[in-house]
Amino acid sequence: MMQPGLYHLLFISAALFFIGVYGFLTRRNLITMLMSVELILNSVNLNFIAFNKYVWPQRLDGVFFTVFVIAIAAAEAAVAIAIIINLYRSHQSIDVENAEELKY
Amino acid sequence: MPNAINIALIPLLPLAGFLLLGLFGKKIFKNSAGIIGTLILLISAGLAIYTAYGYFFDYGKVNDVYQKLIPLKYTWLEFSKDVSIDMGIILDPISAMMIVVVTFVSLMVHIYSLGYMKGEERYSTYYAYLSLFTFSMLGLVLSSNIFQIYIFWELVGVSSFLLIGFYYDRPSAVAASKKAFIVTRFADLGFLIGILVLSFYSGTLDFNTLIQKLTSPESSELKTAIASSFLGVSALTWGLTLVFIGGAGKSAMFPLHIWLPDAMEGPTPVSALIHAATMVVAGVYLVARLFPVFALSAPDALSIVANVGAISALFAAIIACTQTDIKRVLAYSTMSQIGYMMFALGVSKYGGEDGLGYTASMFHLFTHAMFKALLFLGAGAVIHYVHSNDMKDMGGLRKHLPITHITFLLACLSIAGFPLLAGFFSKEEILLAAYQHNAVIYWIALITSGLTAFYMFRLYFSIFWNKAYHAHGEHHGDGGVAMMLPLLLLAAGAVFAGYIPFGHFVSTDGKPLESEFHLSFSIAPVALGLIGILTAMWLYKNENEKPAKLAASLSGLYKSAYHKFYIDELYLFVTKKVLFNLVARPAAWFDKTVVDGLVNFTGNTTQDISERIKGIQSGKVQQYAIYFLVSAVVLALLFIYVWKG
Repeated sequence: MMQPGLYHLLFISAALFFIGVYGFLTRRNLITMLMSVELILNSVNLNFIAFNKYVWPQRLDGVFFTVFVIAIAAAEAAVAIAIIINLYRSHQSIDVENAEELKY
Repeated sequence: MPNAINIALIPLLPLAGFLLLGLFGKKIFKNSAGIIGTLILLISAGLAIYTAYGYFFDYGKVNDVYQKLIPLKYTWLEFSKDVSIDMGIILDPISAMMIVVVTFVSLMVHIYSLGYMKGEERYSTYYAYLSLFTFSMLGLVLSSNIFQIYIFWELVGVSSFLLIGFYYDRPSAVAASKKAFIVTRFADLGFLIGILVLSFYSGTLDFNTLIQKLTSPESSELKTAIASSFLGVSALTWGLTLVFIGGAGKSAMFPLHIWLPDAMEGPTPVSALIHAATMVVAGVYLVARLFPVFALSAPDALSIVANVGAISALFAAIIACTQTDIKRVLAYSTMSQIGYMMFALGVSKYGGEDGLGYTASMFHLFTHAMFKALLFLGAGAVIHYVHSNDMKDMGGLRKHLPITHITFLLACLSIAGFPLLAGFFSKEEILLAAYQHNAVIYWIALITSGLTAFYMFRLYFSIFWNKAYHAHGEHHGDGGVAMMLPLLLLAAGAVFAGYIPFGHFVSTDGKPLESEFHLSFSIAPVALGLIGILTAMWLYKNENEKPAKLAASLSGLYKSAYHKFYIDELYLFVTKKVLFNLVARPAAWFDKTVVDGLVNFTGNTTQDISERIKGIQSGKVQQYAIYFLVSAVVLALLFIYVWKG
């Protein structure tokens, strides 16, 4: 069985990233957009892990960075969901177009 | 020795009166303001006479020469050891004479106004202004320092402005007060520059030091001041000429006289005080104050004084013959008489017999104050009675106003130089001084004296003779004691002031000057005066067609004199057409288009740009994300392919 190489992982990571970007730019539902953001973050995580494993196997920097990103992603999700809930309470909707007036 | 406190109180009492009446007049002293002001001035006048008496007869003379005393000196603003602005009092023959004139005429005007201004809405304000003026004028004549005199100079300007515009609900009075202020202010610019030039070269502001430094032949200051020149004229001549421009503005000398006739919009007693007897002679006083410098070091500047004075004297006398507003006739007459004083100074020299012009000028200032104040107050009584300023509304008033009539006649005779009245003596001296030193000016003066007699008696006959006056409505005759007493006192002055041996007291070098009196010399002026009087009598004693016919036969001259030789129009042309179109308009254009344009351009451009880019902030999160993404990609590409390394 073939061992996956660095390029495979980078390919998956890039795919995940662009799927996330596409989802973030096209979805109108805030929850889905949040999920897309998580995809983007995870593609970055995968990148870190891949480079750590294949370029500097003796070191752990990439792993640590990934742990940090996961922690931040969790915090971000908490904040984002709180905002979304508040938006829902005031607008009875979680459509991103209803949030336009926040620019004022 | 003089008592400094007594002298300082002479100006300070009116100042106190001004503060008292100005601050509390409207509430507390609504009706007693006049009495309070008059009493304060009475004390002031008493002190002035006491001081002048002491100076002339007691302590002023040392070895038969009148000294310039400085009884009070206070360093006010000290810039460095040598340069400071002091406040001081100078006591010399002319200032001693002036404080008497100012306080006496001012007192007369105060008393007169008790009757004239009675029932006026702003009665207490009026007296406050009068006190302010008296304070400023006394301060001016007592100044020991050229900068101090400048301060008081502006103060009299302000009080004159306030009093001309006293009837502030009349647009003409407001315009006149503005005109007076602006014209004299414009002239004062010259005065200020002159002060700076003189003090720059002499290194002092103090009159005594300044005169001493700029007259003694061996002083280095004088040599530099004469040696340094600008446009081919020495700095000293420039400085003195500029100072004289200030004096000419205040004294209504041609061509800066245009404010004086309009200043007659003020209450008549004010015209008597400010625009006849005191403030307008400030210019003469200033030249007299600096006379040693003029005479000894800058004869060119002195000849300017002589010429301007002579031109003004003749010019104003011609205009006075055609005016119909009695106060304007008197205003032009004032200008003409001040011209007399100016050229008398101008033809004078320093020291001994040659200084006759100086003495004569001061003498005329003294007598003129008496009879001109009397004429104005008399005119005030007439206006009070007729309620009009125009000669055409008057005539035949001699029975209605007997006291005014007699006193007015005496004043007219006095100013016309009728023998044995005050004006005769002072005018003779001036003519004699002119005769000795300058033939052209002598002839001008002679013609002017004939014209003076003519226009004064034209005025007299038009008011008191001519047609019969039909009284209408209620009338009150001469007016009360308050109005008649000053007339009588001033009439006494106008008759007897000439008997004072003035040369004994006032002369260029302080030594007594015997004025010789030649009977033969007086024949020409007296004859001309009589011709003037008789012509006026022939034309105006009875109502007839002769004046109109005469005016028609001299149509060109008459018309231009009637329109004051179009000087006002010339000023309007210069200011409105020339200055306005050639200077103000381009300046306004530059300001509006270039200066404002730059500012507006900045603002408009900023607004324009923000208008265009404000769509970027749409509030659509996903749009922002696209910007972010695209920018990140672009940056990445740039980093990879362009800014590598």
